[in-house]
Amino acid sequence: METFFFVFVATFAVGTALAMVLSKNTVNSALFLVLHMLSISGFYLTLNAQFLAVIQILVYAGAIMVLFLFVIMVLNMDENEEIMARVNFKQIFALVLTLVVLAQLLYIVGDYSGILPDFSQQEMIAVGTVEAIGDELFTTFLLPFEATAILLTAAVVGAMLLAQRNVNIEDE
Amino acid sequence: MIGLEWYLGVSALLFVIGVLGVLTRKNAIVVFMCVELMLSAVNISLVAFSSYMGDVHGMILVFFVLCVAAAEACVGLAIIIAIYRNNITADISKINLLRW
Repeated sequence: METFFFVFVATFAVGTALAMVLSKNTVNSALFLVLHMLSISGFYLTLNAQFLAVIQILVYAGAIMVLFLFVIMVLNMDENEEIMARVNFKQIFALVLTLVVLAQLLYIVGDYSGILPDFSQQEMIAVGTVEAIGDELFTTFLLPFEATAILLTAAVVGAMLLAQRNVNIEDE
Repeated sequence: MIGLEWYLGVSALLFVIGVLGVLTRKNAIVVFMCVELMLSAVNISLVAFSSYMGDVHGMILVFFVLCVAAAEACVGLAIIIAIYRNNITADISKINLLRW
């Protein structure tokens, strides 16, 4: 059952990722990315990371993708770019480059030979709970956690400044 | 139980699909979404390592990666809007202000 679920989620994730990269319409790409984020939270569930699965759906599929869709609709880019129509030298080079990167990564992964210690299912489940993560986050990592608040505030203020209309006129 | 190497393999495959998108697509927003794809692909391997080593620190790192990805998406999309206002295009092959 677990293997079946993993295979299902993996094919779903790879399929939606490919569809996102290859679809001509930008809105379609964004919606495929939402599906992809859902499948990634499926991965987190098979790894017993319940908290991160929920956070993945809330933050990525909820917040970030809504932002993306808003920007796509604000910019109203209706020109569909032709990806498959003309395959030029650049794209072939990019494909070869990505295949080389994939080969290198899979070579490293293939070298892995069970160097990690064995853990029982119970211990693995105990790691990913909200209690375990919250306990660590609010004791050892309290300072980085607070710094995150400053980072997000700075990002929002910066985004407002960047996307502001007529910045130059108001400065003068 | 599924072995760790399967998670790492899927993570590598998704990362490479993201690289392919960044290299071939011309629309700035799609390139940006491919960067998000690569970030989440790396997150999978972080969570897999964390879960298989019984160590919660990898998941904390994923939490911070999510925060940084949110901040990055926010600022990056604002930059894309600013570029689009000035050039009336989001095609990165036509934006050549800093190119010689």
